[in-house]
Amino acid sequence: MGNTSSMLTQYDIEEVQEHCNNTFSQQEIVSLYQRFCQLDRNSGGFISADEFLSVPEFAVNPLSQRLFRMVDGLNFKEFVAFLSAFSSRATLQHKVEFIFKVYDSDGNGKVAFSDLLDVLRDLTGQFISEQQRELVLTHVLEEAGYKKDSLLVLSDFMKILGNTGLKMEVEVPVD
Amino acid sequence: MWVVQVANAIDEASGFDVEDLESCNCNPTILTPESPFFPFRQPSHSFHILRPPEAPQQGGPKMSKLNSSNLELDLDRPNIEDYLATDSIQEPLGKLRLRELLDISPTLTEAVGAIVDDSFTRCFKSNPPEPWNWNVYLFPLWCLGVVVRYGILFPVRVLILTLGWIVFLSSYIPVHLLLKGHDQLRTKLERALVELICSFFVASWTGVVKYHGPRPCARPKQVFVANHTSMIDFIVLEQMTAFAVIMQKHPGWVGLLQSTILESVGCIWFNRSEAKDREIVARKLREHVEGADNNPLLIFPEGTCVNNNYTVMFKKGAFELGSTVCPIAIKYNKIFVDAFWNSRKQSFTTHLLQLMTSWAVVCDVWYLEPQNMKPGETPIEFAERVRNIISVRAGLKMVPWDGYLKYSRPSPKHRERKQQSFAESVLRRLEDR
Repeated sequence: MGNTSSMLTQYDIEEVQEHCNNTFSQQEIVSLYQRFCQLDRNSGGFISADEFLSVPEFAVNPLSQRLFRMVDGLNFKEFVAFLSAFSSRATLQHKVEFIFKVYDSDGNGKVAFSDLLDVLRDLTGQFISEQQRELVLTHVLEEAGYKKDSLLVLSDFMKILGNTGLKMEVEVPVD
Repeated sequence: MWVVQVANAIDEASGFDVEDLESCNCNPTILTPESPFFPFRQPSHSFHILRPPEAPQQGGPKMSKLNSSNLELDLDRPNIEDYLATDSIQEPLGKLRLRELLDISPTLTEAVGAIVDDSFTRCFKSNPPEPWNWNVYLFPLWCLGVVVRYGILFPVRVLILTLGWIVFLSSYIPVHLLLKGHDQLRTKLERALVELICSFFVASWTGVVKYHGPRPCARPKQVFVANHTSMIDFIVLEQMTAFAVIMQKHPGWVGLLQSTILESVGCIWFNRSEAKDREIVARKLREHVEGADNNPLLIFPEGTCVNNNYTVMFKKGAFELGSTVCPIAIKYNKIFVDAFWNSRKQSFTTHLLQLMTSWAVVCDVWYLEPQNMKPGETPIEFAERVRNIISVRAGLKMVPWDGYLKYSRPSPKHRERKQQSFAESVLRRLEDR
């Protein structure tokens, strides 16, 4: 599988696997390591902004900045843990938690109206006015039984997204 | 998953704008299953993809909002829809609910999918050679091989190359200076000499080049295009025919060679980082092609070195000159040496040294049937058609990316397009209540 796999010992792989709660198989972890090394061109041990943005598919994604903030400076073990929400073995809870974390940029466990607005702004850019965005959000919030100034927590997210059959999976290419 | 990424990628590629260079686009045939490109990689769940944010994009009305330069984009749409699971392309109907706004999973999945693997980086991955010397008897054999390669072959090759240069320079300089008045004769001799030095170069790597197909002849109104793996592509082709090539001006000793010897074959220079360069170059190309006694022009439309497993999008410059395009496919045999020049990782000198200390450079060159632009075909479609011909012949996979993304970021137009379609779908559904 190339010479990078020789830099990961069996102990390393098992440690990483444990850290991500066995959501990835050992082969997938080796592949992810190869990918990590490929992206981390200057071998700094973490992937910098420039290196992430050199992947054009990532750079054109509207949520790339938010994701980057979450993955910036992570070493390989944490990188795998970050990606574990997208494994086919991850629980729905895990996936919803991930989405919650994307919204909750200040990490205080609560998603306010402004956080929702921020993400919607990222997704829609300049093609909707700010007022329209607020209108849309207020409308759907009220319809779902929340108020504009409600603070959503993880359990709210679970309730809202829990039974939608969330499909959030990424396949790790294994040679 | 991959299909969505492909769909996105096509989407991205169709609006590409790198600096002042105009966007390239994809021929809709890329997406048909018979093409070498599709499917790019078998997803584990075949075509049952996650509801893509593209789902709103598949709708009709938004087409009119895209500007006319993306007219080719419309041609792509029907094909993509054929291959997507039908439930994923139906626009969610009914009132907009909180759960749909909150569910950013498709966008996230795309982004993370790109982190985990993306078709662009694959094009420039140089695979390190697999070690085979892990055995008691294989290791000494390998050591012996190293001794032979570095101790015997390398000095011999350096000798051959030096000899070649001596012969070349001692003939070229007199010819160049003394025959100033007799241009016809001088050009002929210089052409032969350039072919000679290239043969010496090829010999210095023990190049085993098999040429297939009719040899190129110098006729006006024709252009040769080839896929690009390394600068040695040029040398391999030049050995057979003295082409005039269009190249990026390099620093160092390569630049010196470029400005002296290659000038005599009629090479054209460009500078990737110059914005206005494009028009100047286009004009020079046209002038060259029209000249009857200029050497046949060779262009590498990918614009950058790719790892000989994939082809990136062809720039349309070579295809809008109104001349016949003769495709050339080059495929290197990786067993002997990986001829991909990863310009980010090694200098050309290191690359040459690596070639000179390998066993051999084995490659196949196919001269393919000349193509003309079909009536009603745009230059971009023409470029993609020729790319398809070359990729099929050389067994390369096509990717819908612009090679220049190696050097710069994609234009914000692509992200804006995604944002626009999502915004429109939200607004539309808001009105639906």
